[in-house]
Amino acid sequence: MKKLINNPEDVVKEELQGVALAHPDLVKVHFDPNFVYRADAPVKGKVAILSGGGSGHEPMHGGFVGHGMLDAACPGAVFTSPTPDQMLEATKAVDGGAGVLHIVKNYTGDIMNFEMAADLARGEGIEVEAVVIDDDVAVQDSLYTAGRRGVGSTVLAEKLCGAAAEAGRSLSDVADVCRKVKEWGRSMGMALTSCTVPHVGKPTFDLPEDEMEIGIGIHGEPGRTRMKVKPADEIVEMLMEPVIKDLPYNSGDEVLMFVNGMGGTPLIELYLAYRKAHEIATKHGLKVVRNLVGPYITSLEMAGMSVTLLKMDDDLKKLWDAPVNTPGLRWGM
Amino acid sequence: MSISRDDALEWIKTCAGVLAENREYLIQLDAAIGDADHGANMDRGFRAVMTKMPDIADKDIGTIFKTVGMTLLSTVGGAGGPLYGTFFLQAGMKAAGKMELNLEDWVTALDAAVSGVIMRGKAELGDKTMVDALTPAVNALKQALEQNESIKQALTESTEAAKQGMEATTPLVARKGRASYLGERSAGHQDPGATSSYLILKAAMDTWAN
Repeated sequence: MKKLINNPEDVVKEELQGVALAHPDLVKVHFDPNFVYRADAPVKGKVAILSGGGSGHEPMHGGFVGHGMLDAACPGAVFTSPTPDQMLEATKAVDGGAGVLHIVKNYTGDIMNFEMAADLARGEGIEVEAVVIDDDVAVQDSLYTAGRRGVGSTVLAEKLCGAAAEAGRSLSDVADVCRKVKEWGRSMGMALTSCTVPHVGKPTFDLPEDEMEIGIGIHGEPGRTRMKVKPADEIVEMLMEPVIKDLPYNSGDEVLMFVNGMGGTPLIELYLAYRKAHEIATKHGLKVVRNLVGPYITSLEMAGMSVTLLKMDDDLKKLWDAPVNTPGLRWGM
Repeated sequence: MSISRDDALEWIKTCAGVLAENREYLIQLDAAIGDADHGANMDRGFRAVMTKMPDIADKDIGTIFKTVGMTLLSTVGGAGGPLYGTFFLQAGMKAAGKMELNLEDWVTALDAAVSGVIMRGKAELGDKTMVDALTPAVNALKQALEQNESIKQALTESTEAAKQGMEATTPLVARKGRASYLGERSAGHQDPGATSSYLILKAAMDTWAN
């Protein structure tokens, strides 16, 4: 293993220390339990948005804390769900009296820890709603499994819900925006290489030099198929077709297209892929009205990409365009 | 014969030792069908539990189990944190105020612990989870209690039942947790959660049957 780290056990703590030093104008970091929260938290009268998950997906979630997006993010150990005590303390720290929305990705551990945290927070008199994002179409037999994984749509949900909260909407209205993203967003990813979890020390899975995994999860979970590496245009087609085929896109729909890097793929390749994804969407009669290109929900140093399509309406477009100021996403201010 | 407060403490220490020894083994099992964090998570959790031992050395068994549960809940993460946290919290509620447990008390505590895990994780027998080791162990204990067996005999039988349940997860297709995403590809691998559950129950036998 060759990594820019000190002790594997200290990776998350030392990263958070760096974040605190780099962005004191935007965020504060609380240690033991660990969470990143808005520098001006709690914002009185505003619904607070909280998310969290295993570390190793940066900038998600800690990099999305700030004006117009998350109020707090709870980082777990690398690829491991955070714990209820973190979520409870973070929920208390950011509650401005209007309630707290928990945005949860659909993984067994995340669900259980967030459920326990929500119970504890309600026990302390804080109004909490939770919405589970499950947008990964690579998981086909979701009735017989833990369901579809939460991936790219999570980033979009955090931005859109953050804007809705900033606009002064109620907890149930902000949760409705989140449920709309959950219903209208679909994703699929692929990997060219594996990744190495620092405390494990060796690659999560073996992927021969000339092969790729289609339908990969963001923790290196195997996908639909493994095959020889193909040209980018064919790979993008293999991701786009299942996404478009899945509900709920119709010809003429407006969409946001999010081409995401898994951590080890450079922007030159992501834009090359975006070009093809845009062409395929257009061919299907979809109108790409907004987009996001870059590494926003990563899997450590994995090379690969994912594509997310989110159906848009006028409200979502307005929320997407609203100002946001976080370490990982910034426009309009 | 009964299980004393010191026996309960000794069991927790044995668990910490066994999970440290099996850290790499559990990581390997989890790497095959999950996300390779179970061994490290359990080891981290029980190391945190060990730092709490001085505070609970003079407490009742219920407090000891509840402290273990709360510590695991806040340090393990993943699915293992809430599941093993619930396991020990539920056992602790049944053992509240007790300075020793007879076989019936232990059956009651373990039954509540396993019911808590099932409630939290919503897994059924055969889903390729912890439950596949835990439920047979509880059933064997109940049977041993009905037949008035000694604690030693009961623990031996329930540990054997857990072992068989754990081994029986190998051919199963996972229906819960991250392994379920593999579908048929999850068959042929022993479940890491069932394995850690077996190790914890075996630690009880090794500590208490001698």
